[in-house]
Parts: sequence; C-alpha cells; structure tokens
Amino acid sequence: MLRLEARPVPSKLMGYAAPVIALAITVVFGTLLFLALGKNPAASLRVFFVTPLENARGLSEVALKMIPLLLCSLGLAICYRSNVWNIGAEGQLVVGGVAAGGMALLASPDSTRAFFVLVLLAGMLGGMAWAAITALLRDKFNANEILVSLMLTYVGGLLLIYLVNGPWKDPKGFNFPYSKTFDAAAMVPKLFAGTRLSWGVLIVVVVLAAAWIFLSKSKAGFRLQVAGQAPLAARFAGFSAREGIWASLLLCGALSGLAGALEVAGPLGQLTPQISPGYGFAAIIVAWLGRLHPGGCVFASFIMALIYIGGELSQSRLGLPAAITGVFQGMLLLALLTADTFIHYRLRKA
Amino acid sequence: MLNLRRSLLLTAMLAAIGLTAGLAGCGKEEPKPAAKPADAPKAAEAPKAAPKPEPLKIAFAYVGPVGDGGWTYAHDLGRKEAEKEFGDKIKTSFVENVPESADAERVIRDMASQGNKLIFGTTFGYMEPMLKVAPEFKDVKFEHATGYKSADNMRVYDVRAYEGAYVAGMIAGKMTKTNTLGFVASIPIPEVVRNINAFTLGAQSVNPKVKTKVVWINKWFDPGKEAEAATALINGGADVLLQNTDSPAVLQTAEKMGKLAFGWDSNMTSYGPKAHLGSAIINWAPYYKKAIKDALDGTWKGETNWWGMKEGAIDVVALGDMVPADVKKMAEDKKAEIKEGKFNVWSGPLMGNDGKEVLAKDAKGDDKFISGIMFYVKGVEGKVPSNK
Repeated sequence: MLRLEARPVPSKLMGYAAPVIALAITVVFGTLLFLALGKNPAASLRVFFVTPLENARGLSEVALKMIPLLLCSLGLAICYRSNVWNIGAEGQLVVGGVAAGGMALLASPDSTRAFFVLVLLAGMLGGMAWAAITALLRDKFNANEILVSLMLTYVGGLLLIYLVNGPWKDPKGFNFPYSKTFDAAAMVPKLFAGTRLSWGVLIVVVVLAAAWIFLSKSKAGFRLQVAGQAPLAARFAGFSAREGIWASLLLCGALSGLAGALEVAGPLGQLTPQISPGYGFAAIIVAWLGRLHPGGCVFASFIMALIYIGGELSQSRLGLPAAITGVFQGMLLLALLTADTFIHYRLRKA
Repeated sequence: MLNLRRSLLLTAMLAAIGLTAGLAGCGKEEPKPAAKPADAPKAAEAPKAAPKPEPLKIAFAYVGPVGDGGWTYAHDLGRKEAEKEFGDKIKTSFVENVPESADAERVIRDMASQGNKLIFGTTFGYMEPMLKVAPEFKDVKFEHATGYKSADNMRVYDVRAYEGAYVAGMIAGKMTKTNTLGFVASIPIPEVVRNINAFTLGAQSVNPKVKTKVVWINKWFDPGKEAEAATALINGGADVLLQNTDSPAVLQTAEKMGKLAFGWDSNMTSYGPKAHLGSAIINWAPYYKKAIKDALDGTWKGETNWWGMKEGAIDVVALGDMVPADVKKMAEDKKAEIKEGKFNVWSGPLMGNDGKEVLAKDAKGDDKFISGIMFYVKGVEGKVPSNK
C-alpha cells in the first residue's frame, strides 16, 4: 500500500512540474470525454489547443483575451502574497472601465491623438478608487476584505448599468443602454492593422516586468509580503501591516482598472452594460494556477485564454456544447490541486 | 522513493509529449477525411455523377445556452426547422453563450472567416460587433435580431412579441383575483417596455381594475435573479406573472408559490404545469426559412422584417386546463382578429401612467411610434428606469 508522507522541505521540482502534470491529466481526461461524446479526441483537442494559434489573427485574439486576465491576475497575486484576500478584481475592472469610458466620452474629433493616455489613467484611478474602499474599511474597521471586495463588485456593475441607462446613454440610441461610440482619439491605437490588438500589449509587457521586479527584487515588495505573511515579524522589523493592505489593494485596483480601460477603449469602443465576461473572477484562478508569480501568470492566462477561445471553436467546428469550456477549466483546476499535493507530500510504501 | 518520483514525472512527461505529437500528427490529416482507404473507390466514381453544389454555410450566434428553455431555445428550434426544410442545401452551426462583450466580435468574425455566408446574431448586443465585421466580408450576409443599425450586407429582423403579450394579458385579466399582475422585465429598451404595456392593455380590456407591477433585473438570462424578482412580485400581491426574460424561472417560481404565470418565447408547459396559463411564443422558423431562401435564390436585399401573428412568428399556445372555455375562446378570437389585421394593440385613446394622453381617440400607433415607446401606459406602476 502507498501512503502520503509530509516532505521535510517542499519539493521545488514538483512546484514547477505540477502545472505541467495537471495539464497532462486534463488532456488525458479530455480525451476520454471526447471519446464519450463520440468525437475524435485528437481532432477535438487540436481545436482546443492548436487551432486558436494557427494564424496571426488567432494569435492576436488569444493575446487580446490574455490582457485583462493577466493584468487582473498580477494585481491579485500581489494581494494574495501580502495576505490580502481581495476577490473583487472584477468590480475594480468594471469601475476602471467606467472611469475610462467617462473620460473617453469627453474626447471630441479635435482631441489630440494622445488623449487615450488620459483614458487609461482615468481607468487606473477608477480601479484604485474602488479598491480603496475595501482598503479603508479593512484598515479602519477591520471589515472582512473578501466580503467587501466581492459585494463592491456588484455595486460596480450596477453603477455601470445606471450610467449607460441614464446620464451616459447615447441620445441617438433608441434608449438602448449603450453609450455613444468613442471618438478615435480616445481609443488605444492599434498595433497591427487587421487585428484587434492595441498598444495595450506593450503596456502589459512593461507592467509585467515591473510586477516581477517589485515582487522579487524590490525592498518595498519584500516589506509588503512580510507584512502580510508574518505580521509580528514585520512589526518587529518596523514594517507596517497597514501599508501592506493599502499598497496591495491600490496596486491591484490600478491594474484591474487598466484592464477595464483597455477593454472599453480597445475592442469595445463604447460603454455597454457588460464590459467583462468575468475576467476579474477568472483571474483568481489564473493567479493561483500561476503560483502567484508574474511568469506563472503569463503561462496561466495563456492557458485560460486558449480554453475560452478553443471552447468557442469547438462549438462552431465540432458542434460541442459551450459547457465543455467550463468542464475543461474545472478539470484543469482539480488536476492542479491534486498535483499540488505532491509539493508538500510524497508517496511512500506503507 | 526517489525512483518512484522520477518515474512518475517521466511518465507524465512522456504522456504530454506523446499527446502533443499525436495532436500535431492527426491534426494535419484532419481536413481530408475522404482519404480513408474504404472511401477510395467511391471517391473514384464520384466524378461521373453531377457535382453537387456546396451547401450554403449558415451560422448562428446565441447569447444564452440552447437549453435555456426560452429565447435561445426558440431560435435554435427555428434553426433546426430550417435545416429540415432545406436538407443538404444548407449546413448550419451555432455558438452558444456568446457574451455581449468584446467576445462577440471575435466569434462573429470567426464565423465569417470559416466560410459561413449567412450569419444570424440573435441578440441586440451583437449590433456593434456585427457592424464592425460586416464591411470586411462583403460576400457574407449578416442578419441582426432586434437592432436598429444596418449596413449594405447587414439587415435587421424582429418580431411583434407584443401581440402575444396582449393576448396573455387578456387571459391574466380574467384569471387574477388580486387585480395585480407582475412583470419580470429584463433591460429597459422599447421592445420590453412595449410588452409590459401590451400585457397591461390586454388585461385592462377585460378587467379595468388591473394594475401591473414591474421588476427590472438588467439581464436577459439569469434564472437566479428572475426567480428573485418573481418572488418579490408575488410577495407584493401579484398573482399572475409574465416575464420578458429568457428562462422559465418565473413560471417555476409561480408554480412553487401557488400562483399563475405564462411561458415566454417557447412553450414552457413542462416547467410548471400547475401554474402555466399558456405560452406566448416566438416561432423564428418562418423568418429563418425566408432569409435562407433569399440567400439561396440570390434575392437577399437590405430590408427590415418585423413579423407578428400574421406571418406565423408570434402565437399564444398550450392554454392551461384552469383557463375557462369562454376565456380560451376569447383569446382565440383575439388572435384571429390580430392575424386578419382587424385589431391594433396600439389604438387610441391611450393614456400614459403620468395621466397624459399619448394617442388620441381613433388614432393608431404606427411602427415608428412603437419603436420609440419608452413610457408606461396607465395601470403600470412606477417609472421606466432612467427615463426622465
């Protein structure tokens, strides 16, 4: 018989191998699933993992889908490493989008081409403001940030709905709850003609590098993480726990808000009642899948984007139901949790 | 121990590599399934027979799941019926659960680049995405449901759901004991406000004391919110409910709480047989057949089609056993009148719920009037959200 035994030291090797193993397990179970559905498993898996990457447009769409997932997950990784359980990135994204949209509506045909910078800044400030409410309530009243940030997500969604139904509704829009489409100056410039990819990609690369340096190399990042994970030790060293709460939430708000701004001033081009299909929530999965590490988040957001898009393609190419996407995500997470066990435990003969 | 760990890892890696290789290999063969040896002789004979024309590829984008039991389900019934009608002349596919966000544009563009020549976008939120994609694919025809913007190769279709709502209202007016009707509404656009008004006008035509309470949920498909809104309406005294949302949750809630309700978009009898007074349904099949025929015959042109009972697109069906015979007859008679064009739901005198007259006596509301309805008629409580 085999039994689990705690390792004296967590296995570094398994830390890296677990996501790969999880992916392999998902592929194996996916194969069984497709066989059960009467589809050719190789062709089906191909639609999920290869077809989306076959041409420039496909690649650009995967990258477009990765942007909000990656930005939110980086913010969340900072929070979770600081022991701040913010699950409201979705709300911060939406309010960031609202603020960016509000700024974009101020643009006119005569605005300078650099106007979009203001739009992105407004988005970051909007997200920060929303996250600041959670930080304030946690700091002043010790309110549970899990509940506060989650509930604020719904409030943020309603704020958006109010604005597109009311003050920001397109006057020529037959009362449909949409803002007018933004002037060109407010839109983030396209990177390549013929795709929907914008300069947002370049911004994300810079943010990614900054996040990595902040978390792994900077003293400020170190203070933040110590303050969160060992408050007593942090106090002994003169680090403030309050600082950790504020800094991590504001950073996450800024990144999520930027994600919202890049959506509305990118592919959407107007404010609509739904600016995110749940990126902020999916980013929680991405952050954990990516080991709360910037590089891991890139890998994880890539996989998530692929599964989303592959799920759509599997519908139109293979006639599979949409629920397949959810099943794949679920399998991946379950497999990862299982594989993670072996970071701290090992199998031994009893 | 170390060996075990190593072999585990090795197995996993081998599996991953093997599968990836398998994927790449099989994938290359995939586009030519005819290469199977058993088919080879047939393929050789093929040139003798007259070459069959390629089927017209048609794609549908759905906002909800095909199993929503309402709006999307009704569209998919229409798709299936069209498939039956045209057989191998067409080939349809669909993508369900396409959010009204930046994703819609990707899905619709992919449909067009996959060789679909006719594309149906079945929710309002696909209007801007379709408008962005349409100019890139001049040879593809785009059909958008319930919108107001069009292009050279993009036209709009819609249905007169209010006709069904009116007839449902007449039945509700007869069946209510509290004289309070409840309406679970989705997004405050003219289409939905119209249906609330038609439901109320129908009820008042047989029972002037009727009032309608409305709850907006700001979603098309959200069974949880739909059920909550229905509960709130029932707790507020409503005993007959109608909804302009996409799932059967309102009917199910009425069934649970011992009240009455209607099915909407498709026949929902099975979701709440004790509560089900009838279903105001949309039959998309006639329009889908027409649009496909237009595309097949090369007669497709830019126009707006707004179909109702007359064209067989709207009906009220499966009236429940609790509906008395005279009420059933009344409903059937009204349907016949609407079909023959003898009755217009929007007939003056029509009063807004602010007491102002909207249509004078003997005036009739035309399609322009109907498209802009953003007020409640007398008897509906509250204010249309955000309408100042």
